[in-house]
Amino acid sequence: MQKLLQLPVNAVNIVKGVQGVTQGQEEALSPVLTPDSGPQNWYSAVQPEELRHLRSGGTEDRSALEEGLNSVQTQPLRHDDLKEMLDSNKDSLKLEAMKRIVAMIARGKNASDLFPAVVKNVACKNIEVKKLVYVYLVRYAEEQQDLALLSISTFQRGLKDPNQLIRASALRVLSSIRVTIIVPIMMLAIKEAASDMSPYVRKTAAHAIPKLHSLDPEQKDQLIEVIEKLLADKTTLVAGSVVMAFEEVCPDRIDLIHKNYRKLCNLLIDVEEWGQVVIINMLTRYARTQFLNPNINESLLEENSEKAFYASDDEEEEDKKAEPATLAKRKPYVMDPDHRLLLRNTKPLLQSRNAAVVMAVAQLYFHLAPKAEVGIIAKALVRLMRSHSEVQYVVLQNVATMSIKRRGMFEPYLKSFYIRSTDPTQIKVLKLEVLTNLANETNISTILREFQTYIKSMDKDFVAASIQAIGRCATNIGEVRDTCLNGLVQLLSNRDELVVAESVVVIKKLLQMQPEQHSDIIKHMAKLIDNIQVPMARASILWLIGEYCEHVPKIAPDVLRKMAKSFTNEEDIVKLQIINLAAKLYLTNSKQSKLLTQYVLNLAKYDQNYDIRDRARFIRQLIVPTDKSGALSKYAKKLFLALKPAPVLESPFKDRDHFQLGSLSHLLNAKAAGYQELPNWPESAPDPSVRNVEIPDWSKCSSRKDRKEKKVEKPFYSDSEGESGPTESADSESDSGSGSASASGSDESGSGSESEESGEETESDEEEEDEEEEKKKRKKLDKTKAKKQCIINFDQFDMNKITSVFSQTLAPSGSIKMYELLHRIKGEGLAVEYCFSRQPFSPEPNMVAVQIQFTNNTNSETKNLHIEDPRLQSGMRIREFAEIDVLAAGESVTVVMGIDFCDSTQAANFQLCTHTRKFFVSIQPPVGELMTPAFLTENDFKKEQGKLMGMNEILEKLTLGEKCVNEHVIVERVTATANLSRVPCGSDKECRFAGKTVSSGCLVLVTVTTKEGGGAQLTVNCEKMLIGTMLVKDILQALSQ
Amino acid sequence: MIHSLFLINNAGDLFLEKHWKSVISRSICDYFFEAREKAVEPDNVPPVIRSPHHYLINIYREKIFFVSVIQTEVPPLFVIEFLHRVAETFQDYFGECSETTIKDNVVIVYELLEEMLDNGFPLATESNILKELIRPPTILRSMVNTITGSSNVGETLPTGQLSSIPWRRAGVKYTNNEAYFDVVEEIDAILDKSGTTVFAEIQGVIDACVKLSGMPDLSLSFMNPRLLDDVSFHPCVRYKRWESERVISFIPPDGNFQLMSYHISAQNLVAIPIYVKQNISFFETGSSGRLDITVGPKQTMGKTVECLVVTVHMPKVVLSANLNATQGTYNYDPVTKILLWDIGKLNPQKLPNLKGSLSLQSGAPKPEESPSLNIDLKIQQLAISGLKVNRLDMYGEKYKPFKGVKYVTKAGKFQVRT
Repeated sequence: MQKLLQLPVNAVNIVKGVQGVTQGQEEALSPVLTPDSGPQNWYSAVQPEELRHLRSGGTEDRSALEEGLNSVQTQPLRHDDLKEMLDSNKDSLKLEAMKRIVAMIARGKNASDLFPAVVKNVACKNIEVKKLVYVYLVRYAEEQQDLALLSISTFQRGLKDPNQLIRASALRVLSSIRVTIIVPIMMLAIKEAASDMSPYVRKTAAHAIPKLHSLDPEQKDQLIEVIEKLLADKTTLVAGSVVMAFEEVCPDRIDLIHKNYRKLCNLLIDVEEWGQVVIINMLTRYARTQFLNPNINESLLEENSEKAFYASDDEEEEDKKAEPATLAKRKPYVMDPDHRLLLRNTKPLLQSRNAAVVMAVAQLYFHLAPKAEVGIIAKALVRLMRSHSEVQYVVLQNVATMSIKRRGMFEPYLKSFYIRSTDPTQIKVLKLEVLTNLANETNISTILREFQTYIKSMDKDFVAASIQAIGRCATNIGEVRDTCLNGLVQLLSNRDELVVAESVVVIKKLLQMQPEQHSDIIKHMAKLIDNIQVPMARASILWLIGEYCEHVPKIAPDVLRKMAKSFTNEEDIVKLQIINLAAKLYLTNSKQSKLLTQYVLNLAKYDQNYDIRDRARFIRQLIVPTDKSGALSKYAKKLFLALKPAPVLESPFKDRDHFQLGSLSHLLNAKAAGYQELPNWPESAPDPSVRNVEIPDWSKCSSRKDRKEKKVEKPFYSDSEGESGPTESADSESDSGSGSASASGSDESGSGSESEESGEETESDEEEEDEEEEKKKRKKLDKTKAKKQCIINFDQFDMNKITSVFSQTLAPSGSIKMYELLHRIKGEGLAVEYCFSRQPFSPEPNMVAVQIQFTNNTNSETKNLHIEDPRLQSGMRIREFAEIDVLAAGESVTVVMGIDFCDSTQAANFQLCTHTRKFFVSIQPPVGELMTPAFLTENDFKKEQGKLMGMNEILEKLTLGEKCVNEHVIVERVTATANLSRVPCGSDKECRFAGKTVSSGCLVLVTVTTKEGGGAQLTVNCEKMLIGTMLVKDILQALSQ
Repeated sequence: MIHSLFLINNAGDLFLEKHWKSVISRSICDYFFEAREKAVEPDNVPPVIRSPHHYLINIYREKIFFVSVIQTEVPPLFVIEFLHRVAETFQDYFGECSETTIKDNVVIVYELLEEMLDNGFPLATESNILKELIRPPTILRSMVNTITGSSNVGETLPTGQLSSIPWRRAGVKYTNNEAYFDVVEEIDAILDKSGTTVFAEIQGVIDACVKLSGMPDLSLSFMNPRLLDDVSFHPCVRYKRWESERVISFIPPDGNFQLMSYHISAQNLVAIPIYVKQNISFFETGSSGRLDITVGPKQTMGKTVECLVVTVHMPKVVLSANLNATQGTYNYDPVTKILLWDIGKLNPQKLPNLKGSLSLQSGAPKPEESPSLNIDLKIQQLAISGLKVNRLDMYGEKYKPFKGVKYVTKAGKFQVRT
C-alpha cells in the first residue's frame, strides 16, 4: 500500500490531493467558525484574515496545480506522496508520513511546503501523530503565521481538557508558536493556567512566561503579576520554573522574592536539579542585597596580608582608606538568621550528582559564606574534576579564580591538580594555573619538582606554559628565585626552540629584578642570539643587553654589529629592539657605537613599517645633538636608562571574581548578554522583616512533616499537592475544603496569634492570598491525616478514643471564629469556648462538628466534665463528648462533639456539668456552618443551578465593601462566612461556590458576579429557602463590610 | 537558555539539528568548525566558543560533538551537564549513543529532545519519566506497533512528574524481585620513575540495578562507612539519614542507575596493586632506542589481576618497534605513536616482560621527552579501598527480594612516569 502511494503520481492524483487540502482547511476551520465553541473575543479580529487566506490559498493551490500540470516532467513534485499519506484516514499512514517529515526537519531539510497538509492533523486522535504535528508546528509556525492560526482553536480546546497532560501540552505548544497575533490568547491562557489545580500545568505556565515575554516585551507588567502569583506557589515542581521565568523577565524585581525567600530556601532540597541551579544563583544575588558581609570584621586584618602578595599598590591604598572607616563603625557582626538559613539549606546540595548544582552551591558559599566556612566547598569541587573533561575545564577555571582569593582552601588538595600526560592541553594549562596560584614557601619545592617533569612533556604548548609558571613562582617566592633561574638557564640548551624561546622571555623578566648578580647569564644569552629564531625571544635578549649594557660592556657593541647586519630581515618587534639597543649604546658608549647607530637609524628610516620609521626619527632627534634639538636631548640618558620597575607576573584570573563565579561571563571574562551583576554588600542591612510571612512558616511545618513521615514511609514531603495524582482536579480539592483549618492544631496556635483579628484587617491583599492558600493546603494535609486516623480507629474503638484522638490533634486555631459558651466569671473560673471546626464529624456524617475548649482558670482541679439533659428541638440530636475526668488548674483541653441541627439555626441547649456545678448553655450555629463543601465542575454547577430556579433562587444586588477589591478577598469572605468550596469558573468576573447542608444534603449554590464600580450581584440557589435567605443575609453583610 | 542543538560527527558532518526557540541558521556552527580545526585533537576544543551574538557550548562524547547555542548568560556547567544527560539518555534508550543509532531512531530522538527541554529549560530529564512518555524501542514493540498501529507515546502524565519522587514510576511490577549493586572502584594514581607514589586516590561508584515491585524503601549500610571521604548521591538518597547515621536510605528508581559515587583520597589508604619496572632509553647515535618493561603484582589482596594492558605514547620520532613479549601481544601504531601491550591475566610466578628495540627516524635528534605509561587493569571481587556492604534492608513491601553485591576494582587514570 505504501509503495503504491509512493509511485509517481499522475494528474488525477494531484487534483485529488489539492481538493483534499482545501477541504482539510475547511474542516480545521469549522470549529472556529461555529459560533458556539471557544471564546469569541479574538475570533472577529482574526476571521477576515483567515477567510482571505482561505480564498487566496485556494487560488494559489489552483495555480500551483496548473503549473504542476505543465511541468510535471521537469519538476518532480517531491512531497506529494507525503501529502497523500497525511490525507488518508489511516493513522498508521499519517504516522509514517509524520515520521518522515520529522526526520527531514532533523536533518535540516525544508519541509515548510507541507504546512497545510500537516496542520489539519493537529486534532488527530492518535497521540503520537499529534505530538509529531506539534513538533512540526512549533518549527514552522513562525514562517507560516496565517496558516498556523488554523490550529489555535484546537489548543484552546485542549486548554480546557480534563486531562492535565493535554492541558499542559496545549499550553506548551500554544506558547511556543511564535505568532504575534495570538499574544492576547497566550496571555489569557497563561493566566488561567497559573491558577490551574495541577501543579504540572502551573509549571508549564511558568515556562510559557519567558516565551511570551520574548515574543512581546510589552506584556511584561502583566507577566510580572503572573510570576508574582506563581512565586507564591508551594510546590517544588513549580518553584524552579518560576524562578527561571523571574530571572528572564524581571531579575531586578528583588522585592518579589522577600515573601518567598524562606519558602524557597526550605523547598530547595526537593526541587529538581535544574531548578536548584537557577534558584541558588538567584538567591546568591538576593543575599548580596539583603545581608551584611559576614567577613566585614575579620577580613580586613587577615586578608590584607594575603592580598599584599599580589595586589597592586593602588588597591592597597584603597584598603587603607577603607580600613579606618570600617574600623570606626565596627560592630559585633551577627549573621541574619535568614542568611544562615540559606547557607544551611544549600550545604547538603554539595553532595549532588549534578555538577551544575555543586558549582552553584560552591559559588554561593564563595560569595556569601563567612571565611571560615568557605573551605567545605573545596572537597566537592575537587570531586568534580573526576568528571567529563568539559566539566573539568569549567571547574578549573573557577578554582583558578577562587585559589587566588582563598589559597588555603585548596592547599590540602594540591596533588589533585597534578597533571597527567593524557589530559587535554587546555586542562593541563588550567591545572598549571591552579598549581602556580597555590605555590607558597612551604610547598614550592614539591611544586617545582613536579614542574620539572612537565618540561619533559611531549606537548610543547604545555611545556611553554610550564616555563611561564616557573617564572611566576620565582617572582612570587623570593627564596626560590635563584633555583628557578638556574633551572631556566639550563633549559636554554634545550633542543627545542620553543622551549628555549619561552625560557628567554621568562629569564628576561626575572633578571630585571636583580640584574647585577647575573651578568654571566646575560652573556650566555647574548651568545644565543645567533641560534634563536623566535622573534619574541630575540627581542627579549636585545632588550636585556641594551638595558644592562653596562654589565656587559664588551659584548654589547658586538651584538649590535651583528644585528645591524641582519636588520632588514628581522621581524618588527626585533627591529624596534635593535633601535633601542643602538640608542642605549650610543648614550653609554658612543665611541664604539656611533657609526653603527647611525647606520641602524638610516636603515630604519626607510623601513616599510611606519612605527619603525617613526621610532627612528624620534630617537635620532633625541640622542644626536643638533641645533634644533630642544631641551629634551639633555635628558636623553635619563629617559632611556631610567630604572624600570620589574614586571609583576600575575595570574590572568586575578580579579575575575567580580563576575559571579560559575557564570558564563566569568568563564569568558567578559559580560555576556543578560548577565546580572553581583551587587556589593550593603553598608547596613535592609529591613529583615520584609521576609516575615504571616503564616506558620516552614520550620514549624517540618515537625508535622516528620510526624507524617513516620506514618507513611515516603521520603520528601515538602510537596503535598503533588500527591493528588493524575486524577486531580475536583477530588483533590474536595479534601481540602471539607477539612478544617482548626485541625492544624498546635502549629498555628503559636504563631497564628499574630495573624488573628488585628492582622486580618490590615494585611495587604497579597498576604491574604498567601495565607489563604497556605490555609487550604494545611487543611488538606490535616484532612488526610485526620481521615487516616478515623479509618484506623473508627471500627475498633469507641467514641472515647476517637474524641481523645481528636483532642490531641485538634486545637482551636486562630483563624476560625471562636464563640463563647461560658464566660469564666459566670462559670466560676471555668471558661468554655466553642467553634465550628468544619471538619466532618466522622462518627456521624450528618452532624456538625463543634469543637469545645475548656479552660480551667481556678486554682483547683475541675472534675467530671460532661453534658447532661440536652433540650433539643424535635429531630435534633446530639453526640456528647466523652467525659473529661480531670482538668488540672490552669490547663485547657479541647474536645469535639457532634450536633445534628436538622438544617435549622435553632440553638441546641444543654447543661454542662462539673463535679460541683451545672451550667445551662446553648449553641446556636450561624447558617454558614450548617453546610459542608461540595465539589462540582463548572458544568455540573450550571446544570444544578438550572434545576434550582424560581422560588429556590434568591437574587440580591449589593455594593462591595472597600476592601473587597479583588476576587481573592471575595472568595475569602464568602468561605469565611459559609463552609463552601469554590467551583472553577472561566470568567474572572464571577465567583462560584457550592456546598451541601450537613444533615439533609441539599445543594447550596452561591454565585457572586462583580460589576464595574464596586457593584455586585449575589445569587443563592437552594432548595431550603430558609437557609437560602439567611445565607444571603450573612454573605451580603460579609461582602459589604 | 539552550536555544538550539546541533549534532556533529568527527568528520564535521552536521547530522541533526533541533531548535527550541526561533530557528538559528546552521551556519553558526562555522565558529565551531574553526575552533575544531585549531584544536587539532577533538578533546582540545574549548567547551565554550564565542561568536558575536551567540555562545556555543559543546561537549564531545562517543565521537559526536553536541553543540548547543546559547544567547544569554547561563551557567556553562548547567548546559554541559544537560548535554551529557542527553547523551546518557540516548545510551539508555538505544544501547549506545552513536551516529548510526541516532540516525536510525531520529524520530524518537526528536521526541525525546522535545520532552527534555521546554523553551530551552530542562523539563523532564529523569529516565523513568521519559520512559513513560516515550517508550524505548524494542524489536517486539516496533513489530506490534506496525501491525496494530499503536504508538510509542504515553497518553497520560507520568506519575513521577507529579510526585515528590519523580525518579520512580508508579505501578512497577516484577515476577522476580531483584536488586543488584556493583561497587566499582577505580584507582587514579601517578607513580614516578622509581615507582614511588606521587599521588593516588580511589574513585568509587555504586551502580545499581533494581527491579523491585511497588514502592520499596531500601537502606544500604556499610561495614566501614568512615572510609568514605566525599560522597555524592543520586537525588533519591536522603541526605539527612546519611549525615546522621551513615546509612544510605532511598526509594530507588526503576532499573539501572548510579546510586552514589565517592572519593577516597587519603594517600596511605590507597593500595597500588601492581608495580612496573621500566626502562625506555634512546641512544645518542644510530637513531634507535631500547625498551624494557616488566609488570609484577604488589598489593593485590590475594586476588588475580586481569585485563592488564599497558599503553605507551611514544615520541613522534619513533618509527617502529621490534619487541618481544613473554606474555600477551603488543602492537605499535606508527600513525598515532601508541604502543599497546595487552597482557591479560597477571601470573605472579612468571612476570610478563616486554623487551626489544625501537627504531627512530634517521637523522632526527634524540627525543628529550619521556613517554609515560598508562596502565589498565581489573580485579574481580575486590574493592581496593576495603569498602564492604554490610546489609541491605527493604521496607514498605512484603515480598522477599533477591539481593546481590559485586565488587570490582579497575585502574582509572593510572600513570607511570618515566
